[in-house]
Amino acid sequence: MKKTIMYLALLAMLLFALTFSYCNDDTETITLNVYNWGEYISDGSEDSFDVNTEFEKYYYETYGKKVTVNYTTYASNEDMYAKVKSGATSYDIVIPSDYMIERLINEKLLAPINFDNIPNYQYIDEKFKSDPEFHYYDPENKYSVPYTYGVVGVIYNETEVKSENIGSWNLLWDEEYKGKILQFNNPRDALGTAMYKNGISVNTKDFGEWDTALEELKLQKPLVQSYVMDEIFNKMKGDSAWIAPYYVGDFLSMYEENDKLAFFYPKEGTNIFVDAMCIPKSAKNKEVAEAYINFMLDKETAVANAEYIYYASPCTHVRNDEEYISYMTDIHPEAMELLYGDTVPLGETANFYEEQVKVSFYENLAPELLEYENELWEKLKIESSVGGSVYLICYVIIAVIVVGAIVLFIKNKKLQALYD
Amino acid sequence: MKHISKIYTAIIFAILYTPILVLILFSFNSTNNTGKFTGFSLKWYGELFSSPSTFAALRNTLVLAILSAIIATLIGTAAAVGISKMKNKYLKGGITSVTNIPMMNPDIVTGISMMLLFVFVGTMLGNTEKLSFFTLLIAHITFNIPYVILSVLPKIRMMDKHLSEAALDLGCTPLQAFFKVELPAIMSGVSTGFIMAFTLSLDDFVISYFTSGSDFQTLPILIYSMTKKEVKPTIYALSSLMIVAILALLIISNLRSEKDAKIMRKAEKSKKVKKIGGKLY
Repeated sequence: MKKTIMYLALLAMLLFALTFSYCNDDTETITLNVYNWGEYISDGSEDSFDVNTEFEKYYYETYGKKVTVNYTTYASNEDMYAKVKSGATSYDIVIPSDYMIERLINEKLLAPINFDNIPNYQYIDEKFKSDPEFHYYDPENKYSVPYTYGVVGVIYNETEVKSENIGSWNLLWDEEYKGKILQFNNPRDALGTAMYKNGISVNTKDFGEWDTALEELKLQKPLVQSYVMDEIFNKMKGDSAWIAPYYVGDFLSMYEENDKLAFFYPKEGTNIFVDAMCIPKSAKNKEVAEAYINFMLDKETAVANAEYIYYASPCTHVRNDEEYISYMTDIHPEAMELLYGDTVPLGETANFYEEQVKVSFYENLAPELLEYENELWEKLKIESSVGGSVYLICYVIIAVIVVGAIVLFIKNKKLQALYD
Repeated sequence: MKHISKIYTAIIFAILYTPILVLILFSFNSTNNTGKFTGFSLKWYGELFSSPSTFAALRNTLVLAILSAIIATLIGTAAAVGISKMKNKYLKGGITSVTNIPMMNPDIVTGISMMLLFVFVGTMLGNTEKLSFFTLLIAHITFNIPYVILSVLPKIRMMDKHLSEAALDLGCTPLQAFFKVELPAIMSGVSTGFIMAFTLSLDDFVISYFTSGSDFQTLPILIYSMTKKEVKPTIYALSSLMIVAILALLIISNLRSEKDAKIMRKAEKSKKVKKIGGKLY
């Protein structure tokens, strides 16, 4: 009796699992595979607008077809690239950053977008369509629709950091704040800070200049508390670090928790990025994907996303929305200026940073440079300050164990010999 | 000496459980600050229950873990029984060590080789979707099976070989003998294997990362993708709930086995009484 119950329970679990995974195995439902950065869409938490569910509703109401948005996430452009490039799975929408879009276009992995299906494209700021620098990754505007953009700056703790270096990358090399400085934990961004500091172009093809950047980082290393990405949030909010380079949108979310923090764009110049929506060639539902992109540019969606992510929106109707402006200003009184540049005239194309700060993109590097960059990064990481002593301790422990084992072995042999 | 052993135990427990306690503590924090505790609130639990993406990932993870654990337990138990009945000593040893390889292999090797295989076979079959839920399931079953075998084999060795012979003598068919006599005898090993397979599949990241397709994202992959921005305290809340659930399961199963043991003891006692009674009258 007991056993039958157990088998029944097992069977029920199996059925339950199967129905769960196959409840949408309906031939009439289209599955739209969206692959985006983690935490990069308004997802319905804290009563926000749930973009994916709303899109499913909207699509059903407009086209009479059921769509399920299958939303998955990645942590870096390179992760996304590996998945798309392997050809093992098909995504309908990916949202990579500028240099990665350039690479995807070069490798013919993207499909051209039919802009007739995206009437909301008109709201995208002219700058992203006509200024060749701002869409260098997609010169003909055929493959991408901007989603967010942002600029790297330096976040610092106003009560602790009082230095004349504020306003310059030199702050990250300031000996006075030894052990309170954070640095990016990826080669491009970290070497980038050093290059901006020394006035080197971040897209330089000169190996010597890359070496210079590495030397600069080696100089900085003793001052750096740690190389981090997402831990920046906790360290800066909890006052355990005082100076860190990061994105302006993320500064706003840190400021929400710790109002001692302040932000500046280094005068030597800094990095700007654009993340844009693209359709891979392997996409199965291109038209639905285009409807999705159009929906993302819809005012309500775009505002909800901008209020969720805190990054700058390339849409003019978001930037000029009263409700959005007051929302962002509530977070930080100068949020709009920080995000969109000095002045934001209503109803006009906003000013970009170029008037106050020089901004430049990280362009796609040639393969041999990419390899060299990784090599440099490893060199920096291997020469770790903890390294020497830790390795020494390990060697000593291993040596003691080996010697002990040998001694025991010999003793045993001798004993054995005695008995024999 | 007694004190030292007590202190030692205390230190070990502290090392084991402080991280979990800190996690649970901060899941009740009123802000998403992990540096200091700013006040008690259930905010993150509320947000967890209104966040569909986290729940979808949790559901996927559970579905995958349950399915792969069940299938791996079935295959693994059958394999263990088969291995134990092999007559050729070398073949037996060989197969036992071959089944151990996936366990010794670094996850990353298993993951990449599986992905290569799936893409290769998928291309041969002309599938557009080479990685999917099923490839993920196959991968999880594969790395679960050795653990099931590992926990079932010793139980079979411990079992009295003559048990099943006796059952056959008493008129069981071989199948009946297996289900009525052998299986109950090795059941504890089977359930240990199941639980191991379930937990391993639940927290696997590396293999899932390489073998999952676009249609199925598990919780570990979702959490990893949050690392450019911030891992939200909703994940702490979710982890705390999972820990509590697992703890409850453990307690219930322990209580039940305790109960079973009591019943067994009673039954044995009453048997003895009957025996004695039979002799008397």
